[in-house]
Amino acid sequence: MSWCEIKNLQSVPLDEIPQLEYSSLKTKIIEKISEGCRVVQFFGDKLKDCVALYIVLADDEQSKLFAASTLFSEGGSFESITPEVQSFHLFEREFYEQFGIKPVGHPWLKPARKGIAGISSEENQYEFFTMEGEEVHEVGVGPIHAGIIEPGHFRFSCHGEQIYHLEIELGFQHRGVEDLFLKNKNKPEFLLNLSESITGDTVIGHAGTFARAIESLGETDVSRKSIIIRTIASELERIGIHLGDLSALAGDVAYLTGNSSFGAMRTKIINSTMAICGSRFGHSLIAVGGVNYDINKELKENISQTLNKLEEDVELAAEVLFSSSSVLARFEKTGVVSFETAKEIGLVGPAARASGVALDVRTDHPYDGFTLFPVHKLTLKSGDVFARAYIRYVEIIQSIKIIRELLESPVEGELKKPSNDLLPKRFVVSMSEGWRGEIVHAGITDEEGQLKRYKIKDPSFNNWIAVALAVRNNGISDFPLCNKSFNLSYSGFDL
Amino acid sequence: MFDLLKLRIRHGKQAIPDIRKAKVMEAFRGFPIIDETRSWNGGVGCKEICPTGAIDVNPLRIDLGKCIFCGECEKFSDGAIKFSNQYRLGSSKRESLVIASSKIFEEFDNTAIEAKKEIHKLFGRSLKLRQVSAGGCNGCELELNAASNVNFDMGRFGIDFVASPRHADGVVITGPISSNMAPALKDAYNSISEPKIVIAVGACAISGGLFADSNQINRKFFDEVPVNLFIPGCPPHPFTFIHALLDFLGK
Repeated sequence: MSWCEIKNLQSVPLDEIPQLEYSSLKTKIIEKISEGCRVVQFFGDKLKDCVALYIVLADDEQSKLFAASTLFSEGGSFESITPEVQSFHLFEREFYEQFGIKPVGHPWLKPARKGIAGISSEENQYEFFTMEGEEVHEVGVGPIHAGIIEPGHFRFSCHGEQIYHLEIELGFQHRGVEDLFLKNKNKPEFLLNLSESITGDTVIGHAGTFARAIESLGETDVSRKSIIIRTIASELERIGIHLGDLSALAGDVAYLTGNSSFGAMRTKIINSTMAICGSRFGHSLIAVGGVNYDINKELKENISQTLNKLEEDVELAAEVLFSSSSVLARFEKTGVVSFETAKEIGLVGPAARASGVALDVRTDHPYDGFTLFPVHKLTLKSGDVFARAYIRYVEIIQSIKIIRELLESPVEGELKKPSNDLLPKRFVVSMSEGWRGEIVHAGITDEEGQLKRYKIKDPSFNNWIAVALAVRNNGISDFPLCNKSFNLSYSGFDL
Repeated sequence: MFDLLKLRIRHGKQAIPDIRKAKVMEAFRGFPIIDETRSWNGGVGCKEICPTGAIDVNPLRIDLGKCIFCGECEKFSDGAIKFSNQYRLGSSKRESLVIASSKIFEEFDNTAIEAKKEIHKLFGRSLKLRQVSAGGCNGCELELNAASNVNFDMGRFGIDFVASPRHADGVVITGPISSNMAPALKDAYNSISEPKIVIAVGACAISGGLFADSNQINRKFFDEVPVNLFIPGCPPHPFTFIHALLDFLGK
């Protein structure tokens, strides 16, 4: 057996993950990728005197995951997969940075996150790609940006107004999240709160993914009622952020009607989340073993009325926004990511779907309420700012329908079931579709049933490179618009 | 064209008319009411469950500068801790954020923020702020953005966020201050001309919050620079932020 075949949220004994020689593993990875699989996790774990590398590939059509591992002695190296499969590029950089195992032949080896220990300080220097030539000039932006957003450094190589190349240096937000998961492994409540703060705009997404991973590692049962509440909350989160993004995109092209009307709609949606759990972003709703708050009859009625009004409002506002020639002139053909590029770099989430890549964890690897109510995948083709804006609109409408269905479905069972101790020496992969795309957590327990490795991948990890590629040959003044159309997380990437 | 008019009419007036009188829904977790007489074991269970070490016992007290308002302690407190929906939580003194049963909301509300004459004179009509996220998770950042949106419309009070520290009267800090952001934060602060104010927003900025134990944060900035206003929450509600500023400016 060269792969351990698992499903999303299926925990298996760690021993069942086959350990291969790297050279044969590499051949098998490339074979699987050529069959249509893609990489979803690639992370190391420090053992006594060596480093284990775990690789998880996904077969989205068959809803299967394939896991395997290999061992490296400390200070070792391996032949990089990136020259053959580009989507490994950042995974390999991260692995190198965290464990010092060098991917030989990697075309772009530099720190994944600014100034983080693990490799020697000499190699930790971040060298920007530079261009030379008459009238080629560089524009540096950040780490602090003009608006109220997170920090990161962007360096543009431009010719006049035109961007030739953009390089994005991240890591300014690094808070040591993965280390904190292990440091506090005895405090489950702390870990849940921490997972909510991986990125504060995807509270339900990350907390839900974490809770399901822990439930799976401990074989903790959850009620139908709680998974329905979780799913409603995750779709409310998606609607809320998508509305905020449409508002911001309209604002970025100075279309103030869109800016204010979508903004006002967002307030109503996040206030619905607050009515459920007391927090506009859904803090404290998710618990290991279920949820902390119920949606009673009155609340159900309120949410459904809010959604009915929202559906009419959003359809009208989208009609106005997407038929305004001044908006279309800025949205269309700006920041294009082609289908081929999206596939090659491993783009995920709405950004991938806007480029025609039909990936949606809710359909491909269903979890929680999506096991009961299948979600139809929606894609667009043009891959420009317009497509990334429009896909948000259609996803809002889709999520409204999903919530409606969930609100009407009969709910029974308790809110929260007692959580079991984690089983010793287990391995689990927990995937979910956050509003930004595919969230993947992986957990490994030790002999005592305690977390010994917890790996987090926010969709931003896949997608930042797409921002850099999308802005090429666009005017530098279109950068804010392109950037917003992806709306990626800095803290989710930097961890 | 007709659709545009229809949209404008449907949109109506979204701004909350009188922010000073606004209430938030019951579900919101704000100022904690502590009733120690009800605590069966002095709140030890609460202390243990608190993820950020905000709770101490003898007497039972909560440090709002550390609290992330998760509400876990409420369940273990046997009625000794109850979060009310009072969202006015800002304070100009760090020590005022420690709430015990002796301190009722009205007392806190009247004393926590000191409105100084010189602040009112300097910034009362116009306060421009530069926001720096230093390891913030985007929760506080989203709520600070929301403070200026069509609903909360903080701009009506002459309070705005600006793009450059050179245009600002003060800095608003979110996040626990990641080591990688510490130099940039200092630079931004130094770029603001005197007199200037410092506002710490959210549990992370005030105390390090969930990240207080991380070895990847560097909070030396706060040893060197005094904070004028603390705004608790995880993240703070836009009302909390706006009210604290209005009190601080003596408006």
